[in-house]
Amino acid sequence: MMQERSISTISFNQFLNEEKLMGSKCKKCGTLYSPPRPICINCFSREMEWAELKGKGKLAAFTCIYVGPPWMIKQGYDRKHPYCSGVVELEEGVKIDARIEGVDASKPETIKIGTPLTVTYLHRGEEEKMETFLAFKPS
Amino acid sequence: MQQKKRKLGRGVAVVGAGMSDFGMFKDKDSRDLLVEAYNEMVSSVDKGIDPKDIEAVWVGNFSNDFYTHQAHLGPIVADLLGHTPKPVTRTEGACAASTLAFKDACFAIASGFYDVVMACGVEEMSKLSTEEATEGLALALDKPYEGIVGFTFPGVFGALATAYFEKYGATRDDLMNVTIKSHSNAPFNPKAQFKATVRDLMNRRIERAKKKGDPVPAWKDEKEALWDPMFNPPIAWPMHLYDCCPMSDGASAVLLVAEEIARNFTDNPVYVIGMGQGSGRPLHTGASLTSFEANQNGAKEAYEMSGLTPKDIQFAEVHDCFSIAELIHTEDLGFFKPGEAYKAVAEGQTRRDGPMPINTSGGLKCKGHPVGATGLAQMHEIWEQLRGEAGERQIPNKNLRIGATQNLGGTGGTCTFCIFERR
Ligand SMILES: [Zn+2]
Repeated sequence: MMQERSISTISFNQFLNEEKLMGSKCKKCGTLYSPPRPICINCFSREMEWAELKGKGKLAAFTCIYVGPPWMIKQGYDRKHPYCSGVVELEEGVKIDARIEGVDASKPETIKIGTPLTVTYLHRGEEEKMETFLAFKPS
Repeated sequence: MQQKKRKLGRGVAVVGAGMSDFGMFKDKDSRDLLVEAYNEMVSSVDKGIDPKDIEAVWVGNFSNDFYTHQAHLGPIVADLLGHTPKPVTRTEGACAASTLAFKDACFAIASGFYDVVMACGVEEMSKLSTEEATEGLALALDKPYEGIVGFTFPGVFGALATAYFEKYGATRDDLMNVTIKSHSNAPFNPKAQFKATVRDLMNRRIERAKKKGDPVPAWKDEKEALWDPMFNPPIAWPMHLYDCCPMSDGASAVLLVAEEIARNFTDNPVYVIGMGQGSGRPLHTGASLTSFEANQNGAKEAYEMSGLTPKDIQFAEVHDCFSIAELIHTEDLGFFKPGEAYKAVAEGQTRRDGPMPINTSGGLKCKGHPVGATGLAQMHEIWEQLRGEAGERQIPNKNLRIGATQNLGGTGGTCTFCIFERR
């Protein structure tokens, strides 16, 4: 099944619904990408395959957001209830943006770069309408 | 393949520059602001310009489509300013939109196709709520990966700041030095949105508290106020209100001509001697969290074209959409070594009277940031400083010959660097 999906953002999101964090790998030079890329930017090969990522990494950068966009305000976040977003450096050596859960976003000074993290999936809606947000929490 | 040195087919000079007041205007729209900037540009041409002689127009605009529901701005601007049916082209490069207009206008002259053209820029952002305007800016994020997990513009720069802090040992206290420095120039810029120092703004707050009978804040200095979340609330930690440029309305314009005819318009032209541009990637896929990849290419092209090095740049306007951005840009452009900019700011090196003045206009933080107008407004500052027309904010004790502008679009997806010379 995995190989039949085209290497695209839509497929990446379908995999998230299934609680799989996927990247892509160049069949020619072996470079790994997350999020998945349809063209290798190292050797320009278009022969790419899916590669599942372990979902382990560490916090590389983060922010605690007090004034969010409408889609986050709808989820209940505001100046009194900030949320944390971050860049996670995965064990495989690639990076991904994610929500950071399990930290106190109202006390940003307590959040430390380098914190070991494990993937978690935030689902919203059901079946056809299901959306999944990529998140990580302290391991 | 060897990359060849960048050069223009023939030289280009700026012979006029204008900008509107920047601010949040209930009683003025994009068209009014463009007329203000255009009229000032025309009046600034020392020996005069017959508008009929302008052969083509470029308009930089990020997203009036979203902000005011007016797309296809080019022909509207041409008609408004009396240039229909001459060609008009709109450029979009997020917050670098009008530097792209400027660059394409320069290329058009350098190619020999035109001799006299204008580039302008405009944005009208204040008619929306902060939340809506934040959403508008967030359109320039990498939506499926950055946007979806909640990043905003301040959020991306906040994340860069945490990486910078971790790598170089800087803190929020160091970012405050950038803000205090920018505000120290602001009272002297009559076009600025905030013509006030941080101290002035503290005093206003104290006066308001006294009037209302509220507890009067007892800040002993600017830093203490900036650490107080009542005065300086978090937006996207570590970015607080005073780390962020405001939402603004404004317009800007420059008149460009072929170098060989520049003296028909003024005895004091400003020559375009370096231009560069680069592209960058979203946070997660960028090469570094403490540098903008797009700056590297932009700086390389412009320095190579001009034959200059960072030491030759006497002053610059850089894109301080957020305080951390000013530090990163001045490192990427080679004014300071990586990890050293925050120390240079603390030592006062970037003050108006320091060895490397940065953002004498007050920067985006104080002057305002109508995104599509910003690139050319930065050039307006260089134009006034190089010609000795910057009034009370004129850089003292320097024979100014070389100034530069660095403009960033999005979260670093587009960066430009332009170098100007007075001969
Ligand atoms: Zn490859």
